[in-house]
Amino acid sequence: MSSSTHGIGGLKYDPKKRERPPELNVFIALVAIVALFEILGRLIIGDSFLFNTKDRVDTLFNEQRLKIIILQVSIIGIIALGVTQVIISGGIDLSSGSIVGGAAMITTAFAQSAMNEYGMENVKPILGAEWLDLPIIVPLAVGLGVGLLAGIVNGLLIAKFKIPPFIVTLGMMLFMRGVATFVTKGRPISFLQEDYTAIGAGMNPVLIFLGLAVVMHFLLKYTRYGKHTYAIGSNEQAARMSGIKVDRLKVLIYSIAGLLSALAAIVMSSKALTGQAGMGLMYELDAIAMAVIGGTSLAGGRGSILGTCLGALIFGVIISGFTFMRLDAFYQEMAKGIIIVAAVILDQWRAQKQAAKA
Amino acid sequence: MSDIILKTEGLTKHYGGVHALEGADFEIRKGEHVAIMGDNGAGKSTFVRQITAVEQRTSGKIWFDGRDVDFAGPLEAREAGIETVFQNLALADALNVPDNLFLGREIFKFKLGPFSILDYKAMRDATLASLEKTGVKIPNVNNPISNMSGGQRQCVAIARTATFHSKLTIMDEPTAALGVQETAQVENIIRTLKEAGEPLILISHNMRQVFDLVDRIVVFRRGRIVANLRKEDTSGEDVVAYITGAKTAPEYADFV
Repeated sequence: MSSSTHGIGGLKYDPKKRERPPELNVFIALVAIVALFEILGRLIIGDSFLFNTKDRVDTLFNEQRLKIIILQVSIIGIIALGVTQVIISGGIDLSSGSIVGGAAMITTAFAQSAMNEYGMENVKPILGAEWLDLPIIVPLAVGLGVGLLAGIVNGLLIAKFKIPPFIVTLGMMLFMRGVATFVTKGRPISFLQEDYTAIGAGMNPVLIFLGLAVVMHFLLKYTRYGKHTYAIGSNEQAARMSGIKVDRLKVLIYSIAGLLSALAAIVMSSKALTGQAGMGLMYELDAIAMAVIGGTSLAGGRGSILGTCLGALIFGVIISGFTFMRLDAFYQEMAKGIIIVAAVILDQWRAQKQAAKA
Repeated sequence: MSDIILKTEGLTKHYGGVHALEGADFEIRKGEHVAIMGDNGAGKSTFVRQITAVEQRTSGKIWFDGRDVDFAGPLEAREAGIETVFQNLALADALNVPDNLFLGREIFKFKLGPFSILDYKAMRDATLASLEKTGVKIPNVNNPISNMSGGQRQCVAIARTATFHSKLTIMDEPTAALGVQETAQVENIIRTLKEAGEPLILISHNMRQVFDLVDRIVVFRRGRIVANLRKEDTSGEDVVAYITGAKTAPEYADFV
């Protein structure tokens, strides 16, 4: 046995030696935060955070709260899926929030109806009377097209002109926010078609988020696209020497990120029944934070969709928990800030420990 | 001619006005292990970069495996059967062993452009088989290689050769950054390649290692080949004399 388990130089081979997946730590953090709110809730305000305490409702958990937790992070969550793969590839995307604003305005401009549900007439259509009540596919295609175009421009500038992703996406962030305001000179767009507002109704945003998460998880984990995304984030030169078409891949990565931002814009505007130029403001930072809390390394090469989903849930739990504890919103922002920094510190500490062990 | 695996004639590379490589005539036969020695900047790595098409040569001819070749890039050279272990390893730290071995030439279950689905099991099985063949032991091939020692990483890089049945292996200072034990490990793998009859070009500064492992030593100096020595006919001092310029082989004298 000893001869088969010892290699040259005495290195051991043990197929059972597996690493603890980094997502497990994020999950433990999520459970700990939920437990903290549960304990604080019972001690301070005498109510349960997680469990149902109403006699007339026949469920174990407080389903209303659980639904809200996930519903309020699902739109930023959609953006975070795209941002996660960008960060894994060694880049950054600051433009995602503004793409939401730009895509929301342009999409809703094409999704207007002649009359709203109360029978009020749309007297001042954005694009003119002949552009009302278009087939639903038109606003969707236009909206996704805007996101795709912004993503392609991001990718081309980064890959072909070798401009740092931070600068390119900062430029796109300012440009798309300008586009969002330009469409109506800042006025909100309403009178949206019923077909359109049905998209983001009820719990649909959650279903769309989870569906997209499954697709993105599959893409990153089981396809060449995903493998090469990790490879260029880990060692771009090695990837190039291995024959990976790095430039083409980067354009694809930023295009998919742009598409996901546009999807978030469609869901958000249809849920809100309006398009507004300020939509998605600062979402790019929340999306990056979700990815980072979920274990995605800003240095590239490491991270996962599962981690980002857990990161999004941590976000949702904190927002919900602070509301539940009847604390002001500014405490939420402080807590989010602390958690982001803590997550990175813990992650680095874990990496150092692992490196020391090897 | 038929047992010559690689041959270059007048291989030349200029970087602007810098003549990094000038008229290199070189050949290696099947099963032969050849060392390339020379001082820093003598043109060793430049020579390798032309053969592997990491750079495009200024002029000269290359024959590989019986035909005149002009590879467009490193992937084409690799597909033709030239496997290179680069000085800077060219591994992706965040990926595990099979991912690194198959980087850029994955096995797929289902092909669909960038969204082709990977066949993890086939790649893992092939990895384990080639690690066994080269005698490399790694704690767990599914762990990212960022957690591995320098020697283990170098072994992963070398194991690529065994995985893809390359026709020629090139190693650019494979033990430069390794400790004593790890160096021994890599040298053992090189010996297994020799026993398997796989040709190797080894770039090394280590005289003991070169005399231990190879059949023939080619010395570069200031961009030119200045000596081509069979191991039996030479000595360490001799090789040092060629490297430093104290001596030049008669057949190359007119160049220098």
